[in-house]
Amino acid sequence: MASVSLRNVHKTFGPIMVLKSIDLDIADGEFVVLVGPSGCGKSTLLRSIAGLETINGGEIRIGEREVNHVAPKDRDIAMVFQSYALYPHMDVRRNMAFSLNLRKSPAAMISERVGAASQKLGLGSLLERLPKQLSGGQRQRVAMGRAIVRNPKVFLFDEPLSNLDAKLRATMRTEIKALHQQLKTTAIYVTHDQVEAMTMANRIVVMNDGVIQQVGAPLELYDRPANIFVAGFIGSPTMNFFDAVIEKTSARLADGSLLALPALSTGTEGQEVVIGVRPEHLHFASAGIPAKVAVVEPLGMSTQVTLDAVQERVTLLTLERPVLAPGDARHLAAKTSDVHVFDRASGLRVS
Amino acid sequence: MPGQSFLQRLAGQIGLYAAVACYVAFALLPIYWTIKISVTPPDLLYSEGIRLWPSRMTLANYASVLEATDFPRYFLNSILVSVATAAIVTAVASFAGYALSRFRFRGKAMVSLVLLLTQTFPLVMVIPPIYRIMGQIGLTDSLYGLIIIYTAFNIAFATFLMQSFFDGVPKDLEEAAMIDGCTRLMALRSVILPLTLPGMGATVAFVFTAAWSELLFGLMLINSESQKTFSVGLLTFIGKFAVDWGQMMAASVLALIPVCLFFLFLQRYLVTGLTAGAVKG
Repeated sequence: MASVSLRNVHKTFGPIMVLKSIDLDIADGEFVVLVGPSGCGKSTLLRSIAGLETINGGEIRIGEREVNHVAPKDRDIAMVFQSYALYPHMDVRRNMAFSLNLRKSPAAMISERVGAASQKLGLGSLLERLPKQLSGGQRQRVAMGRAIVRNPKVFLFDEPLSNLDAKLRATMRTEIKALHQQLKTTAIYVTHDQVEAMTMANRIVVMNDGVIQQVGAPLELYDRPANIFVAGFIGSPTMNFFDAVIEKTSARLADGSLLALPALSTGTEGQEVVIGVRPEHLHFASAGIPAKVAVVEPLGMSTQVTLDAVQERVTLLTLERPVLAPGDARHLAAKTSDVHVFDRASGLRVS
Repeated sequence: MPGQSFLQRLAGQIGLYAAVACYVAFALLPIYWTIKISVTPPDLLYSEGIRLWPSRMTLANYASVLEATDFPRYFLNSILVSVATAAIVTAVASFAGYALSRFRFRGKAMVSLVLLLTQTFPLVMVIPPIYRIMGQIGLTDSLYGLIIIYTAFNIAFATFLMQSFFDGVPKDLEEAAMIDGCTRLMALRSVILPLTLPGMGATVAFVFTAAWSELLFGLMLINSESQKTFSVGLLTFIGKFAVDWGQMMAASVLALIPVCLFFLFLQRYLVTGLTAGAVKG
């Protein structure tokens, strides 16, 4: 168990800068999720922490130790790969015991650790099998088992669930979170799936283009996104955006309709902004933004309505079951406290 | 396939087997003919016309090859040269192929290009300079000289072959091993090597066969009886006025035996599919 801290970390691949001045502190025992679109540098950052990539500048510390020049095997970390990377010529037991055998741990301790881990993961009856004889979910568990027998300072996960089907992914998500609550080992988890990020993380790090966009607790990111990128990336269905201009305490949209804004301390009259409203915060009202129903999708628990308003496609999510037909004209409104305002030029939040 | 009648399927099956039979006959006929001549008594060789099997059989050709000629010596020489060449080439090509597959380094494309270029020279063109060089360092008429030449000429292709096998092993596996506590060399030995054994088997087999059947350099560089390899030795059956076909074919059949045994032994390594299940496929 240890903290991890990154100071001004840089990484280039040839002329391309994939990590730009990354600063991040991860506390002992924390579960941090790095999330972002593909190519944002999240995997490179994880691999740099693992020592599989050499950074071009900055400092990486695991615990008190600076590990910039420490080999992966000496960093006392364990990693779960997207491809699982099980050793195909070794059975499950040998796969899990591999690292302990390399460290010349006593046989009694190895069998005890492997036994405990396989019991925890429900692999007890599979110890003699080869990886190719296992299903995707079982391979995933073996990869987890191989990581936990190590009892490492830090767990690193590189999109470990993206090769599983949707149902299994949800199960494993819960299991990994439960495992972390039990083991309390610092964990860094990379994913492009914002649902995984929201559900598993103590803190989420949103990355884009090699830069950290925002760091915070899941609901903090959801409720107060720092910029348009985070607002659009976190949350599903995606937040609705409208171009607008600030007029006194309201925003004048492109079609001329007005939307009341929360009290802004930094917004100025006439400022060009982007208004963001989450689908579940939009509701039908007698007055507001005029909109035309395009598609109605009943999801059972909720209903997702897609509308055309202000030259945009707008999504509305409601727990009620409105009776609507395509082409119906309605008005949309939102509580002022649910309206997010971003500066159009900088993309930053205006509050 | 759906949409095909029974007759169409039958015709397809017959066509398939006929094609395979033609191919097998084409490939095996020379070997069959060699065996046939090797057991034909000399007096029947020209008198019976073209027959699929002689009316009388004899093993006299084999007996005289084994007892009256130097062939046992030639065999030993050939085995020594081929095994040594295969071992050295596979070892060097494995390391080179690994480097080309895994590392980024300056001049990598150049190295590949030069390796490829060496494959484009006609062998006949390089014989005079090689003869001169080998003569000056005293490696003509020596099995070591042959081993060095064969190694040099096989290493480029073997390197490409091994590179493709290393490319087939996911990089994740050795990264996992390195995080688990291996150095790069340990990861190579305990994870990558067991998975590339089929590839190494193929490389060994390829180089062994190439060295075993090589004639040109053997003929140029070897003079004394005691250093001849079997392919050079076969030529001794061609006299000034006659060719002893029976003995020559008997010797050829004997020469096939080690190669067959070798492939039998290597067969299990040649079966691929060992990496199945390593990563999601």
